[in-house]
Amino acid sequence: MAEIVLDKVSKQYPDGAVAVRDVDIQIADGEFIILVGPSGCGKSTTLNMIAGLEDITSGELRIGGERVNERAPKDRDIAMVFQSYALYPHMTVKENMAFPLRLAKVDNATVEKKVKEAAEILDLTQHLDRKPSNLSGGQRQRVAMGRAIVRNPKAFLMDEPLSNLDAKLRVQMRTSVSRLQKQLGTTTVYVTHDQTEAMTLGDRVVVMRGGAVQQIGAPQYLYDHPANLFVAGFIGSPAMNFVPAGLENGTLRSPLGDIPLTARVRSMLEAADAPREVIVGLRPEHFEDARLVDEAVRDSGVTFTSQVDVLESMGSDKFAYFTLSGEQATSEELAELAADAGSADVPGSGVALVTRLSAASSATQGEQAEIWFDADKVQLFDPATGRNLTYAGE
Amino acid sequence: MAGIGGAETTGRKVRWSLLNAVVVVYALFPVLWIVSLSFKSKATLADGNFIPREWTLENYRAIFSTTEFVRALVNSIGIALIATAVAVVFGTMAAYAIARLDFPGKRVLVGVSLLIAMFPQISLVSPLFEIERSLGLFDTWPGLILPYITFALPLAIYTLSAFFREIPWELEKAAKMDGATPGQAFRRVIAPLAAPGVFTTAILVFIFCWNDFLFAISLTSTEASRTVPVALSFFTGSSQFEDPTGSVAAAAVVITIPIILFVLFFQRRIVAGLTSGAVKG
Repeated sequence: MAEIVLDKVSKQYPDGAVAVRDVDIQIADGEFIILVGPSGCGKSTTLNMIAGLEDITSGELRIGGERVNERAPKDRDIAMVFQSYALYPHMTVKENMAFPLRLAKVDNATVEKKVKEAAEILDLTQHLDRKPSNLSGGQRQRVAMGRAIVRNPKAFLMDEPLSNLDAKLRVQMRTSVSRLQKQLGTTTVYVTHDQTEAMTLGDRVVVMRGGAVQQIGAPQYLYDHPANLFVAGFIGSPAMNFVPAGLENGTLRSPLGDIPLTARVRSMLEAADAPREVIVGLRPEHFEDARLVDEAVRDSGVTFTSQVDVLESMGSDKFAYFTLSGEQATSEELAELAADAGSADVPGSGVALVTRLSAASSATQGEQAEIWFDADKVQLFDPATGRNLTYAGE
Repeated sequence: MAGIGGAETTGRKVRWSLLNAVVVVYALFPVLWIVSLSFKSKATLADGNFIPREWTLENYRAIFSTTEFVRALVNSIGIALIATAVAVVFGTMAAYAIARLDFPGKRVLVGVSLLIAMFPQISLVSPLFEIERSLGLFDTWPGLILPYITFALPLAIYTLSAFFREIPWELEKAAKMDGATPGQAFRRVIAPLAAPGVFTTAILVFIFCWNDFLFAISLTSTEASRTVPVALSFFTGSSQFEDPTGSVAAAAVVITIPIILFVLFFQRRIVAGLTSGAVKG
């Protein structure tokens, strides 16, 4: 167990392409940290550099206080779980799990004991003599975990370990990974492109884009206080709504109507030297059916009326989708997020809006609905730089 | 599949079986004829009967009583086994490098080895003869083993690199993370998985060496290194009027046996789909 420090770590390929740029991350001993981002953001490269499978072009990597840039993977004492599991097909489950111990020349009795312990933790005891080809996806995944935990490494590295499982099993394995990590207390770096995994698993989340770190923080903090448009759009499902707006005399003119600036927002905008054109970000849960909002509270927000395109009732809530007239918010970050989600090609004119209403809402598909939102919850972004103008962070 | 399509499937099955039977008979008939000849006595040798009227082991007894044939058999087995072993070991290493690494000159290396495989062997016989004579390799085991390796290596490299490419690279990364040195990763993870490929290659190379006639007749002159195919061509009867057909047939049958054994022995290890289950699958 050890802390892992990435100090201005960069990776440049011989052809000049920069995969990772000046990444600074300090991972505390026993911490569960998630690297998340769309494909090609450099998260896997970063993980491979920690593992030693890829060379570090510049910067320093320290594990337990020692510089390990030049050390071979085997001398770093860290274990890795691969997306494909990478089990040795010619070995039984037992041999697979014993392999790292055999290489370390551990005596037979200890190997037996450790494999048995790991198998018990992972519920693999009855499968020990089977070959990987006879196991289900979930079992293979557990064997891969077992191979990592048998030798009590300083850290675990996991490269999208759950992405090959079907949806139900993935949720189940997610909780067991989390429980296992807490139980063992081993420093863990986990790579995923799934923001749900990032939100639910990690102590802290590192959001990456184009080889650079966008923001590091606890999942809830990233959700509530995204540093920029990219983090705001990436974290959260359904994603945050983005609406273009113009700042005029202390009011935001937007397709949602005129939004008055609260004192908190106003002071932040002044401090941030905001441009006249901004992007308004609003989480779906900050909307509510206007009829269910107390008169007293109602005045602190904005109400608008629009036709419900689609209404999805989840039982506990209702998701209402609207299309407002006006231009869509445009920025480099939003285009990249749309491309990653595969929705870049979906045609649509006007501003798409997702709202999460209480189950008690009487909104009906195809009918007009009156929707209210809290004006103090708005986040404002600079369309040119993507910076969150209302960011109160460090 | 059974039961689907009923009559049509049966018809197809019959047609295919018939076609298969024709091909098998066409291929095996000469072999069976040689076997038949080898069991015939001198008197009935040319009677044209497929099944010998008089069975005899005389021909076999005759060839094994001469040192000429026994010695040639030892030469053949020794030379083919050594050449196969060397070609497979070097071929494995070269193929691994070609499949896994990006090194300068890789394309040239692959191209040159392909060129060697395509080179007409006959055009090399005279130079090789001169070179081996001046180096003292003429009519020795190494004198045959070396050219065999030269021509078997491209074959080995080609077959093996195809097998190595099939092995997921992540297995090697996993082995490294598990604490293996590159050597250990190769020996304990990659090599066992490439085993079917190695055995296939071994069979192909062995057959190539075993069957060679051209180099064997050009680069040998005595029993010291003469292999069976060559020895066969030197067979004569006990007098110049005697027909050696019976002995030749018997020897031909004998030299087929090691090939059959070799293939049967290694075939069991060529288990397809050995790598299934390594990655998600």
